[in-house]
Amino acid sequence: MENFEPVIVAFCCHYCAYTAADMAGSKRLCYPPNVKIIKVPCSGKVDAIHIMKALEMGADGVYVAGCLDGDCHFKNGNIGAAKRVAYIKKLLDEIGIGGERVEMVLMSAGMGERFAQTATEITEKIRKLGPNPVKSVNEAKTAA
Amino acid sequence: MITAERKPMEELIECLRPYHRILLVGCNECVTVCSAGGRKEVGILSSALQMAFMKEGKTLDVKEITLERQCDPEYVEELVTHIDQAEAVMSMACGCGVQEIAGRFKSKPVFPALNTTFMGASERQGVWVERCQGCGECVLALTGGICPIARCAKQLLNGPCGGSTNGKCEVDPDIDCAWQLIWDRLKALGLEDRYEDNIAAKDWRTGRGGGPRKIIREDLVK
Repeated sequence: MENFEPVIVAFCCHYCAYTAADMAGSKRLCYPPNVKIIKVPCSGKVDAIHIMKALEMGADGVYVAGCLDGDCHFKNGNIGAAKRVAYIKKLLDEIGIGGERVEMVLMSAGMGERFAQTATEITEKIRKLGPNPVKSVNEAKTAA
Repeated sequence: MITAERKPMEELIECLRPYHRILLVGCNECVTVCSAGGRKEVGILSSALQMAFMKEGKTLDVKEITLERQCDPEYVEELVTHIDQAEAVMSMACGCGVQEIAGRFKSKPVFPALNTTFMGASERQGVWVERCQGCGECVLALTGGICPIARCAKQLLNGPCGGSTNGKCEVDPDIDCAWQLIWDRLKALGLEDRYEDNIAAKDWRTGRGGGPRKIIREDLVK
C-alpha cells in the first residue's frame, strides 16, 4: 500500500482538457505520471461502458474532463457526460467498488494549471482510497 | 413498447452467487429502446457483475449475447450453441423473454435482470410513461385518444372523480387527470357532446380478469 501508484484513466475532450494538458506541458507544469490520457472528440462521447471497462481492466480511478458549462463545442456533450458519470458513480457504489473512484471535471483549453492541479488532486485522492479491489483478481488471472 | 428497469445489483449478485459461468442475454427490441436491456446495458451489467465478483475474490465468466427478439422462439434458438457452456442464464429482456428462454432450456436456471414495468411511450429523452394496460377492448375512440384505463388511477370510464384538482390527480400532483385531458381534447376536436355519452360498464374478461390471454390467427397458424 505504501508503494501504491494508482493508474488513472482520464478521458479528455479534444476542445478543452486535452488542449489544457498540452498547455500544462508547454508551461512545464508538473503533474503525476499516473494519469493516462485518452483523447476523445467530446466528453459526451464517453459512454458508461468505457468507464466500466477501464475499471474492470484494473484502472484505480477514472475521470472525464469536459468543457466549462455552456462552452461545449457540441452544445451539451459535457452535460450528458456529467449525467453518465453520476449514473456510474451510483452503480459503483451499489457493487461496492465505490463511486468516488470516478469523477467529472470541467475546464477550458487555456487552463493548463487547472489540468495539472486536477490530475494531482485526483491522483492523491485515489492513492488514499487504495487499489481498485478488482485488481488482485486481474493480476492473479494474468499470472495464471 | 414494454418498459423495464434494472433490478438492484444486490439482488442480481445474490442470484448468481452459486455460479461461475453465465450467459447474459439482452434483447434488441423494447428494452433496448427504453435503455434497460439492450446491447449497451448488457455490456455495463456484465462489467458490473464481473467487478462485484472480483471484489469478493471470485471470478464470473460472462458470455454476452443480445438477441434480435427474446420473445420469439426463432431467435432464442440462437442460444443453443452457447447454452451448454453456461451454468445459468440471466436475461435482460422483459418477462416474456425470460420465460421464453426458461421454456426452451428447461435444465438451466434463468434469472430476470429487469423488473418489467409497463406498456408505455417516450415522453422525452430518458422519460417513459404508461399509456396502455392491454385491457383487450380499446376505448380510445370514445375518449379522444386518451386512455382512462391506463392514465386514470381509478380507471373511471365516465368523467373524473372528486380528486381531480386543477387538472391534476389526487394520487400525485405530477400526474395529469386523465379525464381533464380527455375533456380538453374533446373540446379541441369540437366533440364535447361525446362527453355526455355514457360508456357502459367494462367487461374485464377481455383483460386480465379472464386469466392469461391468447391470440390465435387461424390464417397464420401452421
